Amino acid sequence: MTKIGVLALQGAFAEHIAILKTLGVDTTEVRLPEELDGIDGLIIPGGESTTITKLMLSYELADKIKKQALDGLPIMGTCAGMIMLAQKVDGTNHLSTGIMDIAVKRNAFGRQVDSFELDLDIPAIGDEPYHAIFIRAPKIEHAGPNVDILVKLSDDTIVAAKEGNLIALAFHPELTADNRLHKYFLDIVNKR
Amino acid sequence: MTNKDTGTFTVKAGLAQMLKGGVIMDVVTAEHAKIAEDAGACAVMALERVPADIRAAGGVARMSDPNVITAIIETVTIPVMAKCRIGHFVEAQVLQALGVDYIDESEVLTPADEAHHVNKHDFKVPFVCGCRDLGEALRRIGEGAAMIRTKGEAGTGNIVEAVRHIRTVMDEIRKIKGMPADELMSEAKLLGAPYELLVEIHKTGKLPVVNFAAGGVATPADAALMMQLGADGVFVGSGIFKSSNPSAFAKSIVKAVTHYNDPAIIAEVSKGLGAAMPGLEIKSIPEEELLAKRGW
Repeated sequence: MTKIGVLALQGAFAEHIAILKTLGVDTTEVRLPEELDGIDGLIIPGGESTTITKLMLSYELADKIKKQALDGLPIMGTCAGMIMLAQKVDGTNHLSTGIMDIAVKRNAFGRQVDSFELDLDIPAIGDEPYHAIFIRAPKIEHAGPNVDILVKLSDDTIVAAKEGNLIALAFHPELTADNRLHKYFLDIVNKR
Repeated sequence: MTNKDTGTFTVKAGLAQMLKGGVIMDVVTAEHAKIAEDAGACAVMALERVPADIRAAGGVARMSDPNVITAIIETVTIPVMAKCRIGHFVEAQVLQALGVDYIDESEVLTPADEAHHVNKHDFKVPFVCGCRDLGEALRRIGEGAAMIRTKGEAGTGNIVEAVRHIRTVMDEIRKIKGMPADELMSEAKLLGAPYELLVEIHKTGKLPVVNFAAGGVATPADAALMMQLGADGVFVGSGIFKSSNPSAFAKSIVKAVTHYNDPAIIAEVSKGLGAAMPGLEIKSIPEEELLAKRGW
């Protein structure tokens, strides 16, 4: 059975696990490096990116995640998780994994009162609009040549992208009942 | 593409979901806020004085100076929360105008209204409120709170009230989940809580919003105790900046909350911290000075 690890240092990991369960896959919470062994894919959830970065570095998770990603492990990062994947954050090289060729800006839409919900067209998951929830969300300021853009806002802001086995989303698929993005991720996992 | 909706209950409650498994630390200055952020706090709570000092000084405790709140917002990138007095909806309006990310309508400050809380539906910024039991939690959610915290007894460094309150809430949730549906209305009457929220808990077996524990956490083990009892995360007030080594205590409590089910890690992070904040026996506090009793 496919087994998906969810990084459980801080944030909305329980929500991701609940959605993965609706898709019939085995899940495991990852807090220590040895808990990365034997997983077929990893989700890095929304949460506070500063906190998650510090906890990742304290328990030497970042290097192991980076190594597994380079070996082809599929990883989906949502909001803070997208920040964990990015090579550049707010103009500087990020301390976490730095595995995806994107530059992100944190809190790119303002403070909490500016957090929003919006219907998006994401062709990769079908024709039905996808209701996305953005909370103190980051955006992708720059994407490298091998990065596929999954969706842009009407002002061209990039909010979702894919590079090989890596998916980065600025919003929170774990806060909706729509599991199409998790299915999309599992398709990548199962093709590997 | 349709228009953006802001200030919805989903984005309000959603931010609290992003704070789960984290530690929210009380800070009174921008310097404190920086120490908290560097230690791994998932948010900071701005207030005029930490609860232990409010308790010691007496008098009226109010919202922080807007200058201090602005300085904290400019210093850290993590979410900034701030406290307003119970029922003081103008303090809440001011905090929203300053751009705070969450408002705590808090019993730690002196109440402005002894009958009513703020109508939190009126605001775009989300609110967290304290509770001692499920009825109080659901009344606050009914008023629009997007996050709950059990109160404990702030500024005491004594975990006993925090344990009482989280156990009470969790027991009442379990009771409602196991109850036949036809008893829910009478239970709503007994709890003084909205019936619809009881119906929801009966179905899901959990609170409709995130619940943190507060009021008395002084050590990494205290924080992990709250997590094992079912809290989604922890507020630490005086426990950090009234300890002998705030940065070390803050870092250790963050790790203890993440690894709350791993006693070996809790033991490791508890070593060599120095003195925790001085504690207060609850029975030594005059009845009228108990903060948890504030709230209606």
